[in-house]
Amino acid sequence: MHKGYAIELANVVKRFGEVAAVDHVTLQIHDGEFFSLLGPSGCGKTTTLRMIAGFEYPSGGELMIHGRPMATVPPHHRPVNTVFQSYALFPHMTVAQNVAFGLKMKRVPRAELGARVQAALDMVRLAGFAERYPRQMSGGQQQRVALARALVNQPEVLLLDEPLGALDQKLRKEMQLELKSLQHRVGITFIFVTHDQEEALTMSDRIAVMNQGKVLQVGTPTEIYERPTCKFVADFIGETNFIEGKVVEQSDEYATIQTPDGLQLRGYTPRPVNLGEAATLSLRPEKARLVLPSHARPDDAFTMPVHVEMITYIGSDTRITVRLNEGRTLDVWEQNTLSTLDRNAYWQPGEAAVLVCPPANALVLTE
Amino acid sequence: MIEAQPQNQRAQRAGSWWPRLNRGALTWGRLTLTLHAFLMYLFLYGPILVLVVFSFTRDEFGVRWTGFTLEWYVRMFANDRLMGAAGNTLYVAFVSTVVSTILGTLLALAMERHRFRGRTGVDAVIYLPVVIPEIAMAVSLLAFSSLALEFIRVVTGEVVRRSLVTVIIGHIAFSISFVTIVVRASLKHFDRRLEEAARDLGANSWQTFWRITFPMILPGILGGALLAFTLSLDNFIISLFLSGPGTSLLPVEVYNKVRRAVTPEINAISTLMLAFSITLVVLSQLVQRRR
Repeated sequence: MHKGYAIELANVVKRFGEVAAVDHVTLQIHDGEFFSLLGPSGCGKTTTLRMIAGFEYPSGGELMIHGRPMATVPPHHRPVNTVFQSYALFPHMTVAQNVAFGLKMKRVPRAELGARVQAALDMVRLAGFAERYPRQMSGGQQQRVALARALVNQPEVLLLDEPLGALDQKLRKEMQLELKSLQHRVGITFIFVTHDQEEALTMSDRIAVMNQGKVLQVGTPTEIYERPTCKFVADFIGETNFIEGKVVEQSDEYATIQTPDGLQLRGYTPRPVNLGEAATLSLRPEKARLVLPSHARPDDAFTMPVHVEMITYIGSDTRITVRLNEGRTLDVWEQNTLSTLDRNAYWQPGEAAVLVCPPANALVLTE
Repeated sequence: MIEAQPQNQRAQRAGSWWPRLNRGALTWGRLTLTLHAFLMYLFLYGPILVLVVFSFTRDEFGVRWTGFTLEWYVRMFANDRLMGAAGNTLYVAFVSTVVSTILGTLLALAMERHRFRGRTGVDAVIYLPVVIPEIAMAVSLLAFSSLALEFIRVVTGEVVRRSLVTVIIGHIAFSISFVTIVVRASLKHFDRRLEEAARDLGANSWQTFWRITFPMILPGILGGALLAFTLSLDNFIISLFLSGPGTSLLPVEVYNKVRRAVTPEINAISTLMLAFSITLVVLSQLVQRRR
């Protein structure tokens, strides 16, 4: 096994009765990486994290932490620490006692203990809060106490179970950046569980997208967003338009699909497809452009005559719903790069237009 | 349980305890509601007030107010029989509380934390001593103790009589259920993730229990213990049936005195028992509030 991996899961299975919550998951997480497990609730991401923490033992497969087999080692003997979703701070202890708990369990000498607790509280900017009780603090502060309580132990890997879930939107954004910079400073491997795709894209070095107990794709945020290898990932990350059809042409990394009503659309294939196979074209709303019919150039792009149906102006963007001739609607987002009040600069409902998209901007995906 | 009360709620409570009649119009509805409340409190606490007041009266039948005296308290403390019974009662209550609290807490932990064979059966039987008529319980304990004492006589050849030990065993038998009910309630509200967090931070099961679980459910355990203690303190039927010759307990002794004559001495001892119970409740509330 490779020494450079902080965490390695090989064919890990976890069954609860008949149900496989985690179904043959294989993952390699590098040392010092910010790695996210992303998926809808019930996809097995939290169970995977709990197996790494030691709260659940795998029903099958192998789990290594820095090359050491850990599948059935109890949590208190693992070199990892967890930040819980609800923080799980000890309500009968002060902030300092909470942070000191792990060090006390390891019998760290008193003199060193005080200094390390102080350093950990400084790190999360809670220096003056040592004698407070958790209930006297706000959600964001409790969150930082939970971080300090885990990091003070200098774990090899820090596990975070949707730690920002309970915070409001603004605080969430702040904490995302703070967590990211904290991870850079301490250089510890972070494994971050979330169902929020934007959060995962913002913070992660790499992301594993999970659904129904399986890992569907592992990659950098760019790879996951720009080159999803299946329909689920394309749908779950960001927004997209799906057009169903059948593969009628296939060459190198591109394929053309034909919709039941005869429309032919070309796109990039992250995974090889076969002629005649059912496939879906995924077109992200910001990857297509609308042009006036007189401006359309059919040579290097696929084009679709459309009618503008609805306009939603949201400041930075204008979101346009267009109707294809056979009735289907698609979403297209246009960035408002011009600052103007001139009505002619914006699309109007009922206007005829042509939707233009280079094949590299659309993806042909199979299930 | 341990959750802090919202500040504003506490502030409201700290305000005047007097009904706020002055806020808004003094309507008939408000007036009758207030009157009703006063009558309810009078009904509940009037008899107790009479008891306390007449423990200080000079009247030797304790039914008229003829002036203040502490004579009955002095007499009470000089009464060896009464004091002996009080000592027995405290001793029985203390021992049975300690034992039933430990056993009841362990039972509650087993019921809440583990899935085992016969768990549903135990669950159904646990509450039996709470609902069973006390007289049936007392008779069953009497019959069982006869059997057990006879068994000891046959096996060891020693004649063992009923004593405080049999009373203690009887009190433990019914107290365990009450302790278990109270402790289970506090375990139900206990967040298991706190235990996971402790394990995660390097605590083994033993350390996790003593540093996290125990302090968190301590108010429940104290509440259960308090209940067991007061139940034991004023238990009459089981104490009467299971005590041996010459080992009387306070409620039984008071009853014997009342049968002869109601004297203010009875009022005095009752007042003291009342004060003792109230002190215990207040203490336990203080302990829980401090957390």
